[in-house]
Amino acid sequence: MDQQPPTAFDLELLGSWADSHTHRVQLALKLKGLPFEYQEEDPLRPSPAVLLHNPVYGSLPVLLHRGRAVLHSVVILQYLDETWPRGRLLLPSDPCDRAAARFWSHFADDKLAPSVAAVFSSCPGDGRKAAVEQVHQNLKLLEREMGGGGAFEGRRFFGGDEIGLLDVVLGCGSYWLAVFEEAMEVKLVDPEAFPRFHAWLRDFEEQREVRETIPPIDKLLEYANAVRQMMLGGTADDNVAVN
Amino acid sequence: MPQTASLHLTNRLHIHIVLESESERERERGARMAEAVVLLDVWVSPFGQRCRIALAEKGVAYEYKEEDLANKSPLLLQANPVHKKIPVLIHDGKPVCESLVIVQYIDEVWSDGAPILPADPYARAQARFWGDFVDKKIYDCGIRLWKLKGEAHQEAKKEFIEILKVLEAELGDRKYFGGDAFGYVDIALVPFFAWFYTYETCGGFSVEAEAPKLVAWGKRCMERESVSQTLYDPLKVYEFVCSLKKKYGIE
Repeated sequence: MDQQPPTAFDLELLGSWADSHTHRVQLALKLKGLPFEYQEEDPLRPSPAVLLHNPVYGSLPVLLHRGRAVLHSVVILQYLDETWPRGRLLLPSDPCDRAAARFWSHFADDKLAPSVAAVFSSCPGDGRKAAVEQVHQNLKLLEREMGGGGAFEGRRFFGGDEIGLLDVVLGCGSYWLAVFEEAMEVKLVDPEAFPRFHAWLRDFEEQREVRETIPPIDKLLEYANAVRQMMLGGTADDNVAVN
Repeated sequence: MPQTASLHLTNRLHIHIVLESESERERERGARMAEAVVLLDVWVSPFGQRCRIALAEKGVAYEYKEEDLANKSPLLLQANPVHKKIPVLIHDGKPVCESLVIVQYIDEVWSDGAPILPADPYARAQARFWGDFVDKKIYDCGIRLWKLKGEAHQEAKKEFIEILKVLEAELGDRKYFGGDAFGYVDIALVPFFAWFYTYETCGGFSVEAEAPKLVAWGKRCMERESVSQTLYDPLKVYEFVCSLKKKYGIE
């Protein structure tokens, strides 16, 4: 187990500035105080380096630690914890809490994110209404878990008093909710319907490391609109998933 | 009966009762320990089988509860309200959902048993990556093999063979995906070994021809009791899929 603090040359992150999975790793590295080199990549046109290190998916982010690739943001976050266990930990220590963090991370990626993306690619009318309803259903499940009897009852963050793995996973991506609310003129996070989620998100976004990591909302909005134009322009690429 | 004989009989009875009480208490204790771990599952589920194999590898006693997916129990609905799916592990009343989350949980709680994930962080990251690959690829593509027809079926076949080849390349000449030790990726994938017959029959190809090392690996895994006691006969799995096809009106 490598417990030496890395030099900037040990860790290299290949990512994309608007990619929430990249933000997860950047935020995690910042929270853990780990220096790293950053290489901006085009998610639609993977460079030879990306294809070399991620031949199966060709996707971002890719973390290189002394030249060896670690893939998938949630896997990377756990790798960081396990390689530098003396520093700030992202995963809780209790196995039940760890299982909950992993389960809800999958929920974020397999259910919540696709439902939010579906709003983005929906057409006005019944389709958009149904897509918005699906996001609400998913937020309802999360809201319940943050309430009485839920796994995260009474916590400031999912990780407890401090941001943990699930905060990073859910938080980096939740800004798309605000972006799409503006771009699509829909209400996704109603503070009355989802008071706990709304409060958590506001708290998360005010953390210094988060403010230093997430790009400005207007830049993300510009990017989202450009992507949407491209999609509506008939050159829709299935891989254009605004994640 | 003479006095001494009845006394002797009484003593033997007493000892017998004491001995029986002891073993009864031990049985009760064993049952209580098993009740502390409950697995909600369906016999043929490869996801449930991952959990059964992991529990067997660690020597953990548990109570198995067969679920009827057409009539889900209140316990299942309460334990997994988000997805309402099996498997669910309930440990001392607390539910853990999703098979690979459960397998990692088992590894962390019963840490004195043989490790499922390796110790090295980089090897663990690779194991998690490949476990996720198996999760995302095999089952969904496999369903398309027996559900779809025509061009969609051909596409599914092409994709499935590609998945097999990727796994074959990853395994290489190693004994297990974990190297010398049976581990996380092996547990994630091996339940599907019993489905290979179904996939190749419905798909119109031979797994052995496309991925011979993978087949050899599956046979090696079957030499482990945890696996051989958990997996069903491939013909039984095929029978099950045929009954599903009938149910959905698929020829």
